[in-house]
Amino acid sequence: MSHRNTFRIWMAIAVLLFAAGEAMALSDAYKGNIYNPGILKPIDSKLRVKVGMEAPDFNLPSVAGERVTLRSYRGKKNVVLSFVPAAWTPVCSDQWPGYNIVKDLFDGHDAILLGITVDSIPTLFSWTNQMGKLWFPVLSDFWPHGAVADRYGVLRSDGTSERALFVIDKQGIIRYIDVHDINQRPSLEDLVKELDKLR
Amino acid sequence: MVGRFATKSLLMLLCAVILLGWSGVAFAQPPVGGTLPDFTLSAPKDSGEKSYLGLSWLGRSFRIPELKTKVVIVEIFSMYCPYCQAEAPKVNRLYGLIEGNPALKGKIKLIGIGAGNSAYEVGVFKKKYSVAFPLFPDGDFRIHKLMGEVRTPYFIGVKINSDGSHSVFYSKLGAFESAESFLNSMTRLSGLQ
Repeated sequence: MSHRNTFRIWMAIAVLLFAAGEAMALSDAYKGNIYNPGILKPIDSKLRVKVGMEAPDFNLPSVAGERVTLRSYRGKKNVVLSFVPAAWTPVCSDQWPGYNIVKDLFDGHDAILLGITVDSIPTLFSWTNQMGKLWFPVLSDFWPHGAVADRYGVLRSDGTSERALFVIDKQGIIRYIDVHDINQRPSLEDLVKELDKLR
Repeated sequence: MVGRFATKSLLMLLCAVILLGWSGVAFAQPPVGGTLPDFTLSAPKDSGEKSYLGLSWLGRSFRIPELKTKVVIVEIFSMYCPYCQAEAPKVNRLYGLIEGNPALKGKIKLIGIGAGNSAYEVGVFKKKYSVAFPLFPDGDFRIHKLMGEVRTPYFIGVKINSDGSHSVFYSKLGAFESAESFLNSMTRLSGLQ
């Protein structure tokens, strides 16, 4: 057996062990309604913005029925954009409920959270209803499909978005970008540390 | 020859891993009548929590069956779980009922394990819901995997016997209806009353 073949087999074992061992705590709130896509390619897009740039503006419909622009927060609030890949999937279904109990952390940093997915409003309505009442706007980047995600460079090749966080200051400048491994939830403390830097 | 043997061994191991991964039964949920999987928790830094658990000042880690009590109720929760958030006041009430009853105080201990939650995230949950009993982080899902990757909230009742052995008497997913009825179940099923 060549060293190359041995290496390939061991690599396959390592990948399978990782996949088999990947675990996601999932709330019973969703019962059996979460579709599990399995382990996905961690990142499948290329950023089109960078720290220090002015954040591209957008105008998206929210689940609450209003339209939300990034520009409307200029000079008033720091903004955290939380792109999540898709409704009714693991990890995503846990991430926002966590943010939902830390409104005081965002308030303390004079920040608003905007949740964005490429799903339609009806889908987002049904999905976010399972999370309890969310204090932050949830925006639909459904049509033109994923246009905002694409403008930021976080639209994946399958039409979902990355699991990505953007921290934008009151001047509209991007101060932090975390395009996270889609299979894992970003840690809350990392985000809070970045918000601390805005003070 | 050695090369062929090595190839076969590796391929067999590969097949075993595939079967293990596909079957999804790497670890089962703790069965009633069985025992907890073997894991340790880091002792709380807070002196009050350390005292609640009866841990020595020097102890850095412990196993749940080592606690000097008769029953331990373990909640597998997550800061990110809406049902766990909604359940928190009821679990707090459960703790209050135990601590407020001289016949139960000291005999039943309550702890939470935050599946996939860092120490910071567990701290956020504890502060948000004013949780008085100890919560432990499980940021890398290590314990959650050993517990069969249960959904949350999940409750496990563990009876600790005088000879140091232990057994699981309750292992169930989901929120409970009331703290009072849940506590009655715990005392009845554990044989405490």
